Amino acid sequence: MPDVQALVNDFVNQLKKRKIEGSQATAKQTAEVLRSVISQQRVPHTNQAAALINAVRAVGEQLIAANPVELAVGNIVRRILHIIREEDLSLATAAMAGLGLSVASDDEDDMERSDQPILSAAAVAAAARSTLRPPSLQTLLEDMPDSAAVPHTSSSGGDSEGKSRSVDKGSRGRKLKHDVIEAVNELIQDISTCYEQIAEQAIEHIHQNEVILTLGSSKTVLEFLCAAKEKKRSFKVFVAEGAPRYQGHLLAKDLAARGLQTTVITDSAVFAMISRVNMVIVGAHAVMANGGVIAPVGLNMVALAAQRHAVPFVVLAGSHKLCPLYPHNPEVLLNELRSPSELLDFGEFSDCMDSASGAGSLHIVNPTFDYVPPKLVSLFITDTGGHNPSYMYRLIADYYSADDLVVKGRPTTGS
Amino acid sequence: MGAPKKSGGGGRVSVTEDSDELVRVPLQAILLADSFNTKFRPITLECPKVLLPLVNVPMINYTLTWLESAGVEDVFVFCCAHSKQVIDYLDKSGWLSQPNFSVTTIESHNSVSAGDALRLIYERNVIHGDFVLISGDTVSNMSLTQALAEHKERKKRDSNAVMTMVIKRSKTNPAIHQSRLGTDELFMAINPDTKQLLYYEERTDLSKGVMHLDKSFLADNPSLTLHHDKQDCYIDICSPEVLSLFTDNFDYQHLRRHFVKGLLVDDIMGYKIFVHEIHSNYASRIDNFRSYDTVSRDIIHRWTYPMVPDVMNYGNTATKLERQGMYRASEISQSQTAVIGPFTVLGFGTKIGNNTIISDSVIGKGCKIGSNVQIKGCYIWDHVTIEDGCKLNHAIVCNEVTLKSGAVLEPGVILSFKVVVGPEFVVPPYSYVSLLQQPVEEDSDEELEYADSTSVITSKVDKSDEEDASEVPEARISSVSELGMGGVGYIWQKCEGSQEEEWRHSVAPIPADKISEAMKTMEDDLELTHDGSILPPSGELIPDSNDSDEDNEDSRDDFFEREVEATFLRAVNENIQEDHLILEVNSLKLSCNKLTADCAGAVFYAMMKYAVDTPHSSLDGLMQNVKAVLSKWKKALTSYLTDIDEQIEIILKFEEICLESAKEFAPLFSKILLYMYTEDIIEEDAILSWEDEKRDADEADKVFVNKAQDLIQWLKVAEEEDE
Repeated sequence: MPDVQALVNDFVNQLKKRKIEGSQATAKQTAEVLRSVISQQRVPHTNQAAALINAVRAVGEQLIAANPVELAVGNIVRRILHIIREEDLSLATAAMAGLGLSVASDDEDDMERSDQPILSAAAVAAAARSTLRPPSLQTLLEDMPDSAAVPHTSSSGGDSEGKSRSVDKGSRGRKLKHDVIEAVNELIQDISTCYEQIAEQAIEHIHQNEVILTLGSSKTVLEFLCAAKEKKRSFKVFVAEGAPRYQGHLLAKDLAARGLQTTVITDSAVFAMISRVNMVIVGAHAVMANGGVIAPVGLNMVALAAQRHAVPFVVLAGSHKLCPLYPHNPEVLLNELRSPSELLDFGEFSDCMDSASGAGSLHIVNPTFDYVPPKLVSLFITDTGGHNPSYMYRLIADYYSADDLVVKGRPTTGS
Repeated sequence: MGAPKKSGGGGRVSVTEDSDELVRVPLQAILLADSFNTKFRPITLECPKVLLPLVNVPMINYTLTWLESAGVEDVFVFCCAHSKQVIDYLDKSGWLSQPNFSVTTIESHNSVSAGDALRLIYERNVIHGDFVLISGDTVSNMSLTQALAEHKERKKRDSNAVMTMVIKRSKTNPAIHQSRLGTDELFMAINPDTKQLLYYEERTDLSKGVMHLDKSFLADNPSLTLHHDKQDCYIDICSPEVLSLFTDNFDYQHLRRHFVKGLLVDDIMGYKIFVHEIHSNYASRIDNFRSYDTVSRDIIHRWTYPMVPDVMNYGNTATKLERQGMYRASEISQSQTAVIGPFTVLGFGTKIGNNTIISDSVIGKGCKIGSNVQIKGCYIWDHVTIEDGCKLNHAIVCNEVTLKSGAVLEPGVILSFKVVVGPEFVVPPYSYVSLLQQPVEEDSDEELEYADSTSVITSKVDKSDEEDASEVPEARISSVSELGMGGVGYIWQKCEGSQEEEWRHSVAPIPADKISEAMKTMEDDLELTHDGSILPPSGELIPDSNDSDEDNEDSRDDFFEREVEATFLRAVNENIQEDHLILEVNSLKLSCNKLTADCAGAVFYAMMKYAVDTPHSSLDGLMQNVKAVLSKWKKALTSYLTDIDEQIEIILKFEEICLESAKEFAPLFSKILLYMYTEDIIEEDAILSWEDEKRDADEADKVFVNKAQDLIQWLKVAEEEDE
């Protein structure tokens, strides 16, 4: 237990000091930390799910507080809470279903039976999902790969699990834990492969001889464009440099290295160029429940320009970027103001910033993010496919359970 | 077989070992949690400086956070004064139990300087490799990687490169860029190619930017840049030798004044110090109240990102950044009519009353601020009570202070812990108020502390703890009147010397008149250097400034003549010997980059002017005057008349005088010329060639040639006769 605490503290520290950048890395690390929290958590005989949920919540709260602006942390915490709930539910139904069966069961039956609940876990989870909520296209489609994937991934664990299960009755807790860890592993896997899954769809969206515009740098966008390039599509890319961090320069360099015809433009030239552009493809920092996007600064302007010229504005976002929260005052509350030294050298203008000395009052604001309202977004491409902004809330309902929207558990911690 | 191989490849082996060692040794740091000075008194009598809240977070947190993020793994915190408080704090805040970041405290009660501290650490033998030497009051967000790599690289090439200092360009306004942090003027000389530090001088007086460099500097270093626009960040990357150097030189006390200067002066050992300049990153040390103010502002302006209030939330009071740089913690109750200006930080649980105006200030947690209060540019720490109608202006108010209604704090006031200011009482500007009485025996200023006595300071450290216990109750009784009705605390007397300088170190902004004064002295300096009376001629070094600017040239001429005239008059009035006069004029000549002919002209002009100014009734009287002056100061004049050209110059000058400044001479022109000829001031050749020169000139120019025609004729005749 103490080493988990150390792990958590370490991660909290890193989040606090803004040492981890990029939502993918953050999401992955969050999942890994929570996985070790779960695996170290002792589960009581009764009500194991609640114990796990409380443990995850407690840690999750710390992590979210460490960097409230990085929404991926909260997303992953909620995803894992959701996973625990689902696994618990499926286990419970399976237990009830298997109760009659297990009375007559003997040792030969064991192997077979051990597979069965796992298979059914997914099926039941899917069933539970579809019974709890009105049926949607997403859940219907999702059932298929889910039930195919789950036995595949968990079959390795199934062996040992089945044996231990037959030995001890209290092993149901370990079973739950095991299932949850498996599911978290899968989540981590998903997060790390989200690029590929998004990039696979590139060919459907980018057509021959099109002109694509993007701003700043996003790994997802890079992979997406490169995937289209690999499929022998030939197209041009305009990269707006993304002041003040100028990450667009790096993206342009990478794109050019991979043989794409790339043009770098200033952010302010976006409007001038937009009439020549067939599609705007950008990455996001987070996608909110209403379909609004928290994105690198400058993107709202691009979105407005795209709307003015009826250019599709496509946002690429891995599912870990889907946030179940609705944005309230996002320009301020979900933003991070960075050092003015990215804009101006210290000393160059800082005399004017000494308002006390009466020399003047120059303010420098260097926000990291922009909020793009949902009406400006034409399409979201996530690892599960393309979606309309108005559909985001449905997608989110599939990933998160409503009980977890507020992670902050007890009000006592605020003191 | 193994043995010879070993010895043969010894060099190679040791190299690989070396590099291995560099990789393996964790980066260490020594953090001095004591400033070893008294600039933060009276606050530091009760609380160690490193625990003073800087934008509501104790200073040492900034330093430790930075060290951690810069990749330092092992920190030794050296605690001296109030060591118990520091250790308690570190323990409580969890710094002592960080994973991958070990903080070790070293306690000492008899160290009185940084030098002592480093000697003690050397004795402990805990530093094994390169280390970062930093004081616990430094705020930075720079990355050490590059500086460290540079340092190691240099160290590999030259084992004498023991230290790398981090410097930063200071603000642009040249008049106040040094005083921005309230530190002394800093002059540095750096070799621009190797970045070696060659000269380091801090000075308190604003003595006209004069700097004495050893000639050998210029001889040894082909290129050299002098800097007055850099600030020292007091972040040093040191090799382990530094510690042993401190031990070897037991008189080294101050890091800069003794150690750095000592190394720079000492050329026997040949140790070298290098600098690393940072550009976009931030680094600054809080050395006095002014830098406390400046650095606080920089933090609020987010130059120190990620060390900004909304990110550095120690404890569980999250601070949120709102529009216009307003930072607010949770559970603030604020009246609707209160006006909170931009760049203000409000701490957790603070209450603000009606019509209160707060701007540019930092307010700690749990403060109660009444109605109609005005707070501007203040640093108010935790649990302060400010009653209705108070006015606070650029002050520092420590924990649990109470300001009764209507109290006024003038700029630069420091109220130490638990002071109570009575109603309607006006605390005078720049005053320090504390519950503790001013320690009497050491009104010695800081300089003295370093220079000799160690005993004084030891007693001070011990005493401050005793004072806590014994003197407080006494203070409560005796000083009621000193801070108005019901006031508690002593107003400290200022020592005479610091009166002048108090604005420099104060938390209040630099008064406008001081800035204009600084600007003015700076302009004067510029003028002086321009006129060249102090620095060697700018004319020769920057030729185009002369060519392009005729007026400039004229004014320089005027200046020179005026100076010579003044010198001459002084010589006459004070009966100075001719030799001395010549010497003075010579020095003027050198400083203004003049020719001998110019001097001759100027001296002659001065004499004539004097002759005219001396009272006279008629032309004869004037003639007498001229004769008297010329005969008396003949030597001064003739010493410049070695050449015929100079003599011609004098005649031309005389002509000019007669035409312009003193027309009275015009009738006497030929007479005086003759007199000068007979007195051997001017030779006959000079007159003749003067006449020769004028032959082709306009009639108007020939007026005086014609006047002197008799003389010239006579001279010509005499010449022929000679032949």
